[in-house]
Amino acid sequence: MTDQPKISLRGVHKSFGPKHVLSGVDLDVGRGESVVIIGGSGTGKSVMLKCVLGLLTPDSGSIRIDGEETVRARSADRDRLLHKFGMLFQSAALFDSMRVWQNVAFGLIQGKGMARDQAKKIAFQKLAQVGLTPEVAELRPAELSGGMQKRVGLARAIATDPEIIFFDEPTTGLDPIMADVINDLIKSSVKDLGATALSITHDIASARKIADRIAMIHEGRIIWDGPVSDLDNSGNPFVDQFINGRADGPIEMQVLRP
Amino acid sequence: MILLNLLAHIGRLFLGFLAASGRLAIFAGRSISQVFRPPYFPLITLQQMISIGYFSLPVVGLTTLFTGMALALQIFEGTARFNAEGAVAQVVAIGMARELAPVLGGLMVAGRVGAAMAAEIGTMRVTEQIDALTTLSTNPFKYLIAPRLIAGTLMVPFLVLVGDIIGIFGGFVISVNLLNFNAATYVKNTVDFLENIDIISGLVKAGAFGFVVTLMGCYHGFQSRGGAEGVGTATTNAVVTASILILTTNLILTRLFFSN
Ligand SMILES: Nc1ncnc2c1ncn2[C@@H]1O[C@H](COP(=O)(O)OP(=O)(O)OP(=O)(O)O)[C@@H](O)[C@H]1O
Ligand SMILES: [Mg+2]
Repeated sequence: MTDQPKISLRGVHKSFGPKHVLSGVDLDVGRGESVVIIGGSGTGKSVMLKCVLGLLTPDSGSIRIDGEETVRARSADRDRLLHKFGMLFQSAALFDSMRVWQNVAFGLIQGKGMARDQAKKIAFQKLAQVGLTPEVAELRPAELSGGMQKRVGLARAIATDPEIIFFDEPTTGLDPIMADVINDLIKSSVKDLGATALSITHDIASARKIADRIAMIHEGRIIWDGPVSDLDNSGNPFVDQFINGRADGPIEMQVLRP
Repeated sequence: MILLNLLAHIGRLFLGFLAASGRLAIFAGRSISQVFRPPYFPLITLQQMISIGYFSLPVVGLTTLFTGMALALQIFEGTARFNAEGAVAQVVAIGMARELAPVLGGLMVAGRVGAAMAAEIGTMRVTEQIDALTTLSTNPFKYLIAPRLIAGTLMVPFLVLVGDIIGIFGGFVISVNLLNFNAATYVKNTVDFLENIDIISGLVKAGAFGFVVTLMGCYHGFQSRGGAEGVGTATTNAVVTASILILTTNLILTRLFFSN
């Protein structure tokens, strides 16, 4: 790992109207590192990834990729930076007008200008890695189950072998065995291809498996950040409550108790 | 107090209008700049041209056919009041070519194509497919919007040209069969009377309307928020704004073409 972090967020703020979602996020992700973000539902994890990708513009703060500022960068610079990224959306966000393999091959054909035949071959290969057969590759996204869509989204995210991959809840909606296959795939993307990964998950078992480091977000800030081995003795009551899934603790859920 | 509130309300509306115009202008600028910058997407453009041009033929054809027929009847009745029934061929030709084929064709395309575009792009927006395009290094303005703008601007003139012919033919059918005009004379009157500028001004208008319709469809789709309801609103807004803009642009272009 070099000194310069691959991704660096400083004081990132983002509000939607009166609602403060991110209020000063600081986070570094090193080159070739796998970081997992945990945190309650609706705390702004997906918003944070979208800010890094430039899909949302932060209200203030700085986001650097390889030392290069991206907030309010010129669109040509941003386009160049986006070539480094692959993103699995929480909702999969597959192109519903295209077949499954065309979804996976899209970044290769449009982004990298690869020939269609070659891109199709790679697409089938990536689909096989997420446990999808060539028959599935010819279907439309609407004909797939939620878990299958998620896996197609994953295959699409890694198809171009990007330097940085974001996984927004990669194992949500998958059975435990397939979830483990996906965990292994994410791990090998980082270990074998040298990618930098930033993942969001509610699945603590998955987080333990794929993460080098875990960061917890709460009320718009990173409140704890440490190696995965420290997770069980973080000394942070928020983290303890979260990883053990207890309803009682410092994190108060806005629910009506009977 | 009431007056003050009223003024504040009007002011807010006006500011809102300015802000919306600004957003639209920025959107249009970004889209147009992508039309001329490579890479181009000829295949997608061709698909859009077929979906706008070819599949709108029935609707535009029927509209202009019936309009041409009704126009012939109306003009015959109207001009009979000052014994100028002979002018039916000329008035139908000029009315269709200059005004009715472009405006009615444009409005029909707004309903058919503008709505569909807003719904398609709006759905892509709310299901994050447009965000996904961006992360796959594909500029959505280039990939989604530019091909549609090109196709709309090129194909609506084509539709209107076909509409001109069908509309004039409709007038011919009524005049010859119902109003006892001589077929050869009717054709001769039409051909002799029509000038290039009549056709060309109509086609230029059609190009502008095609641009307006596709721009509104793309813009409202692109701006849509919040699920099925948002997409529905976007679709409605696309058709309404496109229709109003067609009618105002039509007036301006007519004035520019025929100001002396
Ligand atoms: N486009 C938007 N407009 C308005 N509010 C938004 C928008 N996107 C997100 N939010 C709000 O920001 C907050 C954080 O959303 P986000 O999707 O980042 O949550 P999350 O941490 O990913 O939750 P989950 O674990 O359930 O996916 C939510 O309260 C949501 O209401
Ligand atoms: Mg989320």
